[in-house]
Amino acid sequence: MSDRPNESFLARLDRIDRRWIFLMMAIAVAGPIIWVGVTGRTFPETATPAVQGAFDAIERLPEGSKVLISFDFDPASAGELQPMATGFIHHCQLRKHRIYAMTLWAPGSPLIGATLADVIGSDPSYRYGENFVDLGYQAGNEGVMKQVGVDFPKAFPNDSKGTPLARIPMMQGITRLSDFDILISVSAGYPGGKEWVQYGVSPTLTQGHRLPFVAGSTGVQTPQMIPYYPVQMSGILGAIKGAAEYESLVNAKATAPGETVPAKYQEAQRRMAPQLFGHSLMVGLILVGNVIFFAGRRKGAAE
Amino acid sequence: MSQLNAPLHDPAVERRANRMMVVILAIACGLLALRALIGSSIGSGADAVTEHGFGMVYVQESPKGFVSEVAKDRAADGTEVEVRTWKPAAPGQTPEISWTEWNEVTAGEWAAAQRARADAPASAPLVTVSWPRTAGVWFAALMTLAVLSFLWRDNPVYKLAESVVVGVSAGYWMIVATWDTLVPKLAGALVPAWTKAHLMPSLESAGVDWWGLVPLGLGMLLLCRLSARVSWLGIFPLAFVVGTFAGLRFVQNIESDLLAQVATMFEPLVVVKHQALAGADAAATPPIDWAGSIGASLSAVLILVGVLSVLAYFFFSLEHTGAVGGAARVGIWYLMITFGASFGFTVMGRIALLAARLEFLFDDWLWLIDPSGKH
Repeated sequence: MSDRPNESFLARLDRIDRRWIFLMMAIAVAGPIIWVGVTGRTFPETATPAVQGAFDAIERLPEGSKVLISFDFDPASAGELQPMATGFIHHCQLRKHRIYAMTLWAPGSPLIGATLADVIGSDPSYRYGENFVDLGYQAGNEGVMKQVGVDFPKAFPNDSKGTPLARIPMMQGITRLSDFDILISVSAGYPGGKEWVQYGVSPTLTQGHRLPFVAGSTGVQTPQMIPYYPVQMSGILGAIKGAAEYESLVNAKATAPGETVPAKYQEAQRRMAPQLFGHSLMVGLILVGNVIFFAGRRKGAAE
Repeated sequence: MSQLNAPLHDPAVERRANRMMVVILAIACGLLALRALIGSSIGSGADAVTEHGFGMVYVQESPKGFVSEVAKDRAADGTEVEVRTWKPAAPGQTPEISWTEWNEVTAGEWAAAQRARADAPASAPLVTVSWPRTAGVWFAALMTLAVLSFLWRDNPVYKLAESVVVGVSAGYWMIVATWDTLVPKLAGALVPAWTKAHLMPSLESAGVDWWGLVPLGLGMLLLCRLSARVSWLGIFPLAFVVGTFAGLRFVQNIESDLLAQVATMFEPLVVVKHQALAGADAAATPPIDWAGSIGASLSAVLILVGVLSVLAYFFFSLEHTGAVGGAARVGIWYLMITFGASFGFTVMGRIALLAARLEFLFDDWLWLIDPSGKH
């Protein structure tokens, strides 16, 4: 029962408790999660040019190429970025590239270990120090980026376990950033993809060797990164949608038609159904809000 | 403003919301009890058993043992040094160092180990419930719910969660700053031998680096801000930091955000794309890709119009009337579309984070879904 019986429907809608909106959003997101979790179904994805560019940049490198991947995020943003990090490592493993993982975010260090263990931990052809290395965290933000540009071993004297780089076989010949074949940044903010363009990639342009660069970024950060594509960046995974598109490309390469894709490689794709219903609700609420606003303004003008 | 706040301060609405929250909490508690009572079917076929409860983590022990070998090597300066390398101990060999790792296993593997326990040899690895990790899952789930409870209203449970996050973060960052900055970069530069012997055995150092005195001095000056009498001394390190960053960023912003972006503007407005041909037709003149050409040309024109019109909007030396006014209005549209796209991306990011938390609650805690086959 309404406390104001003469009130119009739109006026009552205008006074709606915001907690109803929260409840609707919770249902719109939770419902599809349970549906996808029970049925195992995901939506098909078609890669946009920016995501295809990221995929092609890694794909076209010859087998055994040196890939530096920076995990510049923390568990708070792992919901968006972990599927990208997993996808990049999975793709590099399929192409048999050498993986050099590092982070400029202290909480990113355990995420490197967990991702490497999750994706290539059971692959006997990938041996630590020869095919992949965890360089861990290094404090200094842009200072580290500048340093790796000119003297990589000085910025990272040890790996994450304290082993000197000189005793890690795959570090032989790595003296500076341009010795890598591609740089990948999965970033949630500062320092991240934008700073890698400024302090990592741009200096290599003036050195005459453009370092291919691919980024994965959060939804909040993506609009700032888009202007760098396609000249300063070969590709970008924008938010969870970009991650889902990239997953579908890598999974199509990794599995034969009809073969079951492991659940850990479908994390982003599973989150697209909640996106659909959550966004539909948002659009509906914006439309309703506008109707209420204009109806109220017309009523005010009439009075 | 008062209209915006009206629903929250309407006593009738508040009463209704409180009643509803009590009902929702009661239903949630009832569903949790029901969930625990129903339990989960673990295993398959004839081996399937029903396990009551949820949010459990199971682990299997994995003993590790290593022995060392010492070999002679030459250091960079030519001196002979001993290098100790470690390798896993062979079966029957007594390890010099050993420890036990506990690796997570699925509920099905745990159930199978329980059934086979009677016939298993004494040396079989132990599979058991990990109570610390189980407590971790429950703590994470309850903290998630505590933070989400703010959507109802500010409350003591939310305050507790907020305080825990702030306190843990402060402690975490203090430890990180100590062990990743102060010890290796300051103590490691000024007293490397002592640091390597007492604090950080893995420290790689070429000797004392007296440049370490500069950050030490600047850091001490920064602490002067704690005293009102000498707080002015703290201005110098701040000036150093601001000046250094201004110089660094000025150069890189000019290079990557101005010059490189301006360079990308010098693109042809009319783009002609050709379709890729393969096989026997590869040598022939490829036909024009009309859709791709029109799209690329349109994109180039839109970017040029966007850049010029937004610049016109931010150009305040001329009054925004006539042609300049028209261009500025187009610029406003471009800005609004950009803000809309940013808002859309932000919404996408926030929904993804919410989905990740709900997945954790439904999967790791409540065992309602099992996409990765853990339960």
